[in-house]
Amino acid sequence: MTQIDYTRAAKYFLLQDFAKGFALGIRYMFKPKATLNYPHEKGPLSPRFRGEHALRRYPNGEERCIACKLCEAICPAQAITIDAEPRDDGSRRTTRYDIDMTKCIYCGFCQEACPVDAIVEGPNFEFSTETREELFYDKSKLLENGDRWEAEIARNLEMDAPYR
Amino acid sequence: MADFFFTTTTGGLLLIVGQILLIVVPLLVALAFLMYADRKIWAAVMLRRGPNVVGVFGLLQSFADFGKYIVKEVVVPAGADRPVFFLAPMISLVMALVAWAVIPFNDGWVLSDINVAILFVFAISSLEVYGVIMGGWASNSKYPFLGSLRSAAQMISYEVSIGLIIIGVIISSGSMNFGHIVASQSSEFGLLSWYWLPHFPMLILFFISALAETNRPPFDLPEAESELVAGYQVEYSSTPFLLFMIGELVAVVLMCALITLLFFGGWLSPVPFLPDGIFWMVLKMGVVFFFFSMVKAITPRYRYDQLMRLGWKVFLPFSLVWVVFVAFAAKFEWFWGIYARWAVGV
Repeated sequence: MTQIDYTRAAKYFLLQDFAKGFALGIRYMFKPKATLNYPHEKGPLSPRFRGEHALRRYPNGEERCIACKLCEAICPAQAITIDAEPRDDGSRRTTRYDIDMTKCIYCGFCQEACPVDAIVEGPNFEFSTETREELFYDKSKLLENGDRWEAEIARNLEMDAPYR
Repeated sequence: MADFFFTTTTGGLLLIVGQILLIVVPLLVALAFLMYADRKIWAAVMLRRGPNVVGVFGLLQSFADFGKYIVKEVVVPAGADRPVFFLAPMISLVMALVAWAVIPFNDGWVLSDINVAILFVFAISSLEVYGVIMGGWASNSKYPFLGSLRSAAQMISYEVSIGLIIIGVIISSGSMNFGHIVASQSSEFGLLSWYWLPHFPMLILFFISALAETNRPPFDLPEAESELVAGYQVEYSSTPFLLFMIGELVAVVLMCALITLLFFGGWLSPVPFLPDGIFWMVLKMGVVFFFFSMVKAITPRYRYDQLMRLGWKVFLPFSLVWVVFVAFAAKFEWFWGIYARWAVGV
């Protein structure tokens, strides 16, 4: 004859687990919700957040990128394509700077590799498009992003600087 | 004008159609909001917000869902038995609605005041299994078929214990008419004279069996999409699927109504100084529905063998013993005769 655990049997028949679960459920019901009301409410972003790419400029309006192609070389997804030619004034500049955002894995290696902080991943993550073609970013689009997000990008770089 | 409705055949038919609409339309509208309430309660327990975009606080979410289901394409699998395939969801919905014909909402507010009302509800809810079996079989696919066998076995198993529990209440009240059952629960003690007190263990058993009978969690094996590729409705889409879903929810609300009528005194007021009325019935059904939703939120799903073990090895012997006990208690008037409050002459 096996020993019967009467306490356990009593708990089973009195549905103790369910009573406890119910009490817990009621308690949780009145807790503040964890869900963010997304389009109206957004979660905090780290200064290191790696979002949409941008090409930055110096304060005098000159592009930072010197076409060293380190980002192109390090890109694990081979999403970056760069062509370069000396400009009329003799400085080395890109003629083409394309990022295929559908290939990009947002690893951030390009901004790590960049010696002049030209290519960065900004805080913007809401850049979904309706067609694939719109995600093949070219130089003008990236520079435009840089102008648009410069304030946030500069702030993030400054906040992250002590840890680099 | 009144003569037209009560003397001529056409008038009588119109009157019946009007009464049917008076039950079905509020029921379906209430259903949309109950579905919303269900999702909101479920979400709240999980610290989510639930639907809150369509309409104020998302109140119109269910209507948006209905609209979406209706405009989707109806996909009929190749080799499906078309007439049966489309008949199955209709049976599911119609059977769930037909049972409401004998449910009273207030003293005398009933479409068809028959003496075997409870038996009628029981018979109709058994027929709902046909919708499930036909749906699974007509899909001509093995997963829906296996799913339908599983669901049918589950629904039939729990009907047995539901039947025995109902017998206990019938013995106590001495009638199968819902009006009489509610009347026999009426006394000057208010809520203490309802059957939940003498039949308390059976109330719990009935509630759990009702969960299994209507395929609600934790017994929602028929639609365990994460483990068992849903069930009999795998091949259904669009409006037929909507009909299955509404049928299921109507059955849930019907179970709420049954619990209210059998154990919580229907439209009777819980305290003697307040008037009886339909609002009590609706309120009690709402509270029971809240429990249905909470159970969905707090319980993990049962395994199939556990479900069968619970049905046949726990609920069936329990309810059987209870029927015998109630029979003796009613006959010899044990416990001051609380088990023998017959509404009609013995």
